[in-house]
Amino acid sequence: MKELWDLYAAFFRIGILTFGGGLTMLPLLKYELVEKREWITEEKLLDCYAVGQCTPGIIAVNTATYVGYLKKGISGGIVATLGMASPSVLIITVVAVFLQALITQPIVQHALMGIRGAVCALMINTVYTLAKKSLVRPVWVVLCGAAFVLALFTEIPTVLIIVLAALAGILVDRVEGGTEK
Amino acid sequence: MTDALLLMWEFFKTGLFAIGGGPATIPFLMDMAEQYPWFSMQELSDMIAISESTPGPIGLNMATYAGFQTLGWFGGIFSTLALVFPSIVVIILIAKFLEGFQENRLVQAAFRGIRPAVTALIAAAVIRMIQVTLFADEAGKMSPRYPSLLLCVIIFCLLQWKKLKKLHPAMWFLIAAVAGVVFRF
Repeated sequence: MKELWDLYAAFFRIGILTFGGGLTMLPLLKYELVEKREWITEEKLLDCYAVGQCTPGIIAVNTATYVGYLKKGISGGIVATLGMASPSVLIITVVAVFLQALITQPIVQHALMGIRGAVCALMINTVYTLAKKSLVRPVWVVLCGAAFVLALFTEIPTVLIIVLAALAGILVDRVEGGTEK
Repeated sequence: MTDALLLMWEFFKTGLFAIGGGPATIPFLMDMAEQYPWFSMQELSDMIAISESTPGPIGLNMATYAGFQTLGWFGGIFSTLALVFPSIVVIILIAKFLEGFQENRLVQAAFRGIRPAVTALIAAAVIRMIQVTLFADEAGKMSPRYPSLLLCVIIFCLLQWKKLKKLHPAMWFLIAAVAGVVFRF
């Protein structure tokens, strides 16, 4: 019971501190789940995120369900997702009525412009630490570069890029005969 | 009652078929705006703006807001639940399957290939995000928002300092919000 409550609380905090799409919660996920609580490794988080991106639904919810499931089975998956969704439901229903008026206030706009700068900095930092960890071999650097070009300059769907990368991973394994880790 | 069921059905479909996160739900919401009297196109674009600037993932915020506009707090809760339900089922099935094959060489090899690609996908998405948030698009011309840009660079540099790495991400948001207000970003 305590573990489920911890899961709910952790994802509630992540949900309430995410500004923007599911992507912006990555630094928070890393902080709350990998660094502070040590529930999962950074590698595993990236795997959850990959699965979350190529399955239907919102990435934030998919990642929450996956991590919750890893931690505490089916009930963990449900509880983590509810924790993630609760802040949205609470905040939007409470402030929906006067949200429009609130958001057009200059002071709120200034604060949001500041927050956006911070969100970008945290995201760049996350990519930087991820790259340092996952790009340890030339073959992965090439794969990463190719995926980056495809993602930024073509209309190829994300799912397809991930499937191609999985095939590349299997191919590399075959060629090397499984001697490399 | 039929309205509530219809609302849940529409969001259930969105949750089941929108692949690619929050922004992927927008086309589904557009269809809803055309098909039902729940909200108009104009309200939808307001909704997107509001979702972007309130805490919580955009997809969830939009579901709650659309549901709330249509049927009050009851609608907000139920459209959100309908949206997340397919995710929970699909992800649990996939997680069960993948964890069962965790020792499988093929699955391990696939994930070794996936990790660098996901890093690339995240990097590409961050670049798009920076374009939208730190470079305002005014009449087709990109104009950098210098104060936010400068703040972004400063925070990134500070993050490389070991002691500050332990700081909760929310503290940076707070500091940035105060800086935004004080220096009138």
